[in-house]
Amino acid sequence: MLGGLDLSFVNWEIISKFVANGFFFSVQLTIVATLGGIFFGTLLALMRLSGKKAFVVPATVYVNGMRSIPLVMVILWFFLLVPLIIGRPVGAEASAVITFIAFEAAYFSEIMRAGIQSIPRGQVFAGQALGMTYAQNMRLVVLPQAFRNMLPVLLTQTIILFQDTSLVYAIGAYDLLKGFVTAGKIYGRPEEAYLLAAIVYFAVCFGLSFLVKRLQARIAIIR
Amino acid sequence: MTWDWQVFCKNTSEDVIEASCWAGGGDQTYLQWMLHAWGWTLAVAGCAWVVSMVVGSVIGVLRTLPNSPGVVRAANAWVEMFRNVPILVQLFIWYFVVPKAFPVFQQVPGFLLVVFALGFFTSARIAEQVRAGIQAMPRGQRYAGMAMGFTTFQTYRYVLLPMALRIILPPLTSESMNLLKNSSVAFAVSIAELTMFAMQAQEETSRGIEVYLAVTALYALSAFAVNRIFAFIEKKVAIPGFIVAGGTGGGH
Repeated sequence: MLGGLDLSFVNWEIISKFVANGFFFSVQLTIVATLGGIFFGTLLALMRLSGKKAFVVPATVYVNGMRSIPLVMVILWFFLLVPLIIGRPVGAEASAVITFIAFEAAYFSEIMRAGIQSIPRGQVFAGQALGMTYAQNMRLVVLPQAFRNMLPVLLTQTIILFQDTSLVYAIGAYDLLKGFVTAGKIYGRPEEAYLLAAIVYFAVCFGLSFLVKRLQARIAIIR
Repeated sequence: MTWDWQVFCKNTSEDVIEASCWAGGGDQTYLQWMLHAWGWTLAVAGCAWVVSMVVGSVIGVLRTLPNSPGVVRAANAWVEMFRNVPILVQLFIWYFVVPKAFPVFQQVPGFLLVVFALGFFTSARIAEQVRAGIQAMPRGQRYAGMAMGFTTFQTYRYVLLPMALRIILPPLTSESMNLLKNSSVAFAVSIAELTMFAMQAQEETSRGIEVYLAVTALYALSAFAVNRIFAFIEKKVAIPGFIVAGGTGGGH
């Protein structure tokens, strides 16, 4: 093996005991943050496109603010603030979930905003001509198309999000990376554990982005 | 809750408030420590930026070379490798695994290993933008270069790259801002940068909100400065009469 690295210590027990839990949390965090992020991101996008100052200004400040701060700092902020706000201590995992929904909402809102703006004005006018209210128009005409157009970008963002979940290391939440780090420490093989973590992250992200590329090609043909 | 901004004037080794917020003789206040940490953040990000721009441009060009599928494939593999592993994991690989696997790297200071990690991670993203920029040029540009009798190198140097790099300035701006933000992961290998300062000062002083606010402001200020510098460059190098379509950058 390469310069003193030895991967022979890996066995099924390590994986099921240390890594599986972490992997499960990373996936869970990714899914929850994606769904929550898209929901609140869409709301933020609608606020920014509403043309009403009372909505536009706070949404713009929130999105640009979140996007100009490092994610690690956002994670630390929430870990500090959430217990103060709700008045009782929260675990690193719960704090991470709230953080990622709030943080990713800013990024998803930019994607949804581009998606909504990509819908021709005529579609909105057609909805209005049919007597639809603003809410009906958005829900039945604009958002379904915007969502569909942006699906590949949303999924790409989800892959980035999965990579970003490793940053919960800063507050010690037990995710995939932490699982490998813990196993590496216990078995005295930290370097090999990092290498394995890299391989697993690569396999997941590369596989997913391959699928997104396939999906993108299919959507392009249908359109 | 009350504010206590005096925490920045506190001496880090003795429990006294310095009147001038500045301690001499080997001591330092939290303000001094923070400014020092800011310097480290800028140094890490700045050095990594140089690495990422040089490597990213080369890899990006290699991905568009005509008639060399082997080179293109290798460059594509580079991008996939550095794009699909989280920056934190790449940092650990450079900091812990590389020196163990290749003993030569044991002589390399930790600061440089962090610069390599951030630089190569970002290089994959820059390469992606450079490739997109070159491929956004009309095919005729390349043919024009060939018709002039230019070598491939000359075609890139004098025809393709001058325009392509201008086209991709907006996404390069956001990648550079991302790099600055990503430099915060250096806390994980104990580089004394801003995030590391935030965590330690929070613990020592229990004035987390003040400390975090100051650090967040410094990050936002630095990112804004990067944004302005690029806006300035964009204006300086703009070719009159040639309107470059604005691009958008994603990710973080």
